[in-house]
Amino acid sequence: MSPTFDTVAVGDELSPTSYQVRRRDLIRYAGASGDFNVIHWNERVAVSVGLPSVIAHGMFTMATAGRFVSDWVGDPGAIVEYGVRFTTMIPVPDDDEGATIEVSGRISAKDDTARTATVLLTAVSGGQKVLGKATAVVRLS
Amino acid sequence: MGVNPQIAGRVYPPSPAYEVGREKIREFATAINSSDPVHSDPEAARALGYPDVIAPPTLAVLIAQLSEGQLINDPEAGIDYARVVHGEERFVHHRPIVAGDRLVATLTVDKVGTAGKLTMVNTRVELADEKGEPVTTVTSVIVVRGAEEA
Repeated sequence: MSPTFDTVAVGDELSPTSYQVRRRDLIRYAGASGDFNVIHWNERVAVSVGLPSVIAHGMFTMATAGRFVSDWVGDPGAIVEYGVRFTTMIPVPDDDEGATIEVSGRISAKDDTARTATVLLTAVSGGQKVLGKATAVVRLS
Repeated sequence: MGVNPQIAGRVYPPSPAYEVGREKIREFATAINSSDPVHSDPEAARALGYPDVIAPPTLAVLIAQLSEGQLINDPEAGIDYARVVHGEERFVHHRPIVAGDRLVATLTVDKVGTAGKLTMVNTRVELADEKGEPVTTVTSVIVVRGAEEA
């Protein structure tokens, strides 16, 4: 059941979810978004500029954490504000598993006038936080 | 050559309207592994009160980045794209983006700051519909590494 303004409380935790990111996800994201920076699909170039491997698009990670919020609230259109800092890059190995992003969230504030709740998001990959100051403001019925 | 601090405050001309198509929304939603029918099925979107399928919250980046190209390619800005990394991204949705929207993007350089050999450029793209009503505000920070750092 979708959360409502009255059923959500500051301090509530959203169930953590794991998301896989493989090379083919990056290729498909590149095509759909138009971001063809070679470090997201070409290992030879990525390594030559000092990266450990091909790196996930920051915006792919942001979109994944956004999906975590919209799947919880039940309506992607309920997200009225969403902002992140990109803190650590995610290397994506050339195998079937790729990398894993663990996303969790906590209700950090409610606004009685706007009937919105703020979700403070945590996204971790390879033991490192990959997003900083990640918050989404959602409108609740 | 480094980033020109004089570009702070610069407003670029509005872009031609970007028409948001249903299939683009579906393609982008698939690319972020979303199976939410509100992105692909107009009936499901109407059931939630929208006139047509709506975009995932981060699709606006695609339209904003087309506009930000004006800054990246501005010879007076002095930005070497090979030295650019994405620092921050933020969306304020005044309403969801809906299939059929024709959005005009206006790019402003809000701030240029430095920290050691890094230059931070804060940009803001206002997306408005053809009547001029605000739809989404996209703010971004790009970090440009200095020439001394390889």
